[in-house]
Amino acid sequence: MEALRKKIPLTLPQNTVKIIRIIAALLLLALVIVRAIDVAAESQFGADTWLRLSVSGLIIGGMYALIAIGYTLVYGILFMINFAHGEVMMIGTFGGYFVFEAFNAIQVTAADGSQMSFLNANPVIAVFLAFLAGMTIAALSGYFLEKIAYRPLRGAPRLVPLISAIGASIFLQNAGQLLFGPQRRQYINPVVLDRGIGWHVELAGSTVVLTYTGIFSLVLSAILMVGLYVLVQRTKLGRAMRAVAQDKKTAALMGINVDQIISRTFVISGALAGAAGVMWGIHNGLFNYFVGFLPGIKAFTAAVLGGIGNIPGAMLGGMFLGIVESLGPAVLGIDFQLKDVIAFSILILVLIFRPSGILGEALSEEKV
Amino acid sequence: MMLEVENLNVHYGAIHALKGVTFHLQEGEIVALIGANGAGKSTTLNTISRLNKPTAGDIRYRGASIVETPPQDIVTKGIVQVPEGRRIFPKMSVVENLEMGAYIFSDRQRIEADIEMVFGKFPRLRERRKQLGGTLSGGEQQMLAIARGLMARPQLLLLDEPSMGLAPIIVEQIFDIIREINQQGTSILLVEQNAQMALSIADRGYVFETGKIVLEGDAGDLLEDPMVKEAYLGGG
Repeated sequence: MEALRKKIPLTLPQNTVKIIRIIAALLLLALVIVRAIDVAAESQFGADTWLRLSVSGLIIGGMYALIAIGYTLVYGILFMINFAHGEVMMIGTFGGYFVFEAFNAIQVTAADGSQMSFLNANPVIAVFLAFLAGMTIAALSGYFLEKIAYRPLRGAPRLVPLISAIGASIFLQNAGQLLFGPQRRQYINPVVLDRGIGWHVELAGSTVVLTYTGIFSLVLSAILMVGLYVLVQRTKLGRAMRAVAQDKKTAALMGINVDQIISRTFVISGALAGAAGVMWGIHNGLFNYFVGFLPGIKAFTAAVLGGIGNIPGAMLGGMFLGIVESLGPAVLGIDFQLKDVIAFSILILVLIFRPSGILGEALSEEKV
Repeated sequence: MMLEVENLNVHYGAIHALKGVTFHLQEGEIVALIGANGAGKSTTLNTISRLNKPTAGDIRYRGASIVETPPQDIVTKGIVQVPEGRRIFPKMSVVENLEMGAYIFSDRQRIEADIEMVFGKFPRLRERRKQLGGTLSGGEQQMLAIARGLMARPQLLLLDEPSMGLAPIIVEQIFDIIREINQQGTSILLVEQNAQMALSIADRGYVFETGKIVLEGDAGDLLEDPMVKEAYLGGG
């Protein structure tokens, strides 16, 4: 009996697991390709639809990327997933909303003597202040989130701050609901940034509208991402952030105030999520206290997809996820409401087949 | 007196790591702390750098207590540690590592000049200036670690096991440089398992055993001490 038991391996050898995994990946890939060819043969969609879907994927991808950077920055430094990060974005959305509301209520006399709202008289100032308010209040909530929910748990086992993060997420959602009510609100944009208007592109006998709100969001996301990259690579604060991410003890020996750098990382992450939140409001219009939940999880997926802890990875992952979930349903010929299924299938597949993500390196023991 | 450590006690949870350690260092000295692995030498350095909090006792630097000073301010006061195992930032270039060493300063010109100064001491680092820290050899990493420490312009340099894992010829070079740094006016507190090497450049030494100092004296006397010879210098 003893001898028999010894002969049965309890786990499959490493190589066998690897081979099974590769075969499974190839089978899945083949399935997707066959289905895509099948659908393409029917040529249900024209070039105009593909352009429309690609552009909307890029726009949403830019927002995912901004939020994903926050997950990745915090993970890089604390090795924890800040599950309340989506709620930080929600707070940013509200911040921008109230600025637009306030400016819409103020009446001013225009140059030609007519009465109009401050919002429409000075759209540039209004948009600037909306972003400033959204980013500031989101940055502040990131700062306090770390101070209240995570700092007291520094040094606790890894699972503990994670639970705290989920708790903070639920708390912030409910606080949002209590403060602002459960009803959906609508962003009132300045007239020049009205949703739906934009440049018209003629393609395949049909008109594709490149909305001003969308292009504006995309350009602003790109600017913010470049800005962040320069901050991390070139500035003293960025160097300190990288040092703390690589080795906290040694960073402290260099005279870096580690707690302060962690705080600032949350502030930067919060500001980027806040910017994404205001963009979300301006581009999509409707939102309520729950607005941060789905983008939050999607951006988390994007960060994992790009390689968590890796900043260019988060940017790439965000853009990639935006495009895939936008084009995916059309490519696979399934209902467009199933785009979330595609996004989360990607999360599962990445976790199974390449947990370190596209640009991530093999995780060291310490970081797993 | 530059550094006075008095009745220092440190606990890691239930483990009593330092049991009343008392020693001192005069301006300009090299003082060696020697002893076996786990005797409390590194704990002593980390407590001076304030990475650990002592449970009892006092550390005075130029007469003022520093046990309540946060780690970043210890560095600003001029006490700089080169940690055990070198701890180079692996994903930063040699120059970036050096710039991290000068984190407490913001005068660009002065930092550039200091980088030139340490390149003068360690010409190998100049050749590898763009290379990532993680790709350097062990000896080069130790040179970079010491160079990075010098970038903070230390008055008191805490060196933790600079000979660890290095070939004897490299160890000689490193110790020559340590002596040179000392001659240029930096006091040095040196933690070493290589007692022979450490005592050969030190003025005085303290022998640690299980969290306590069991022997102290001039480096020359310690080298001749039968107990030290027996325990740390590979027999008589």
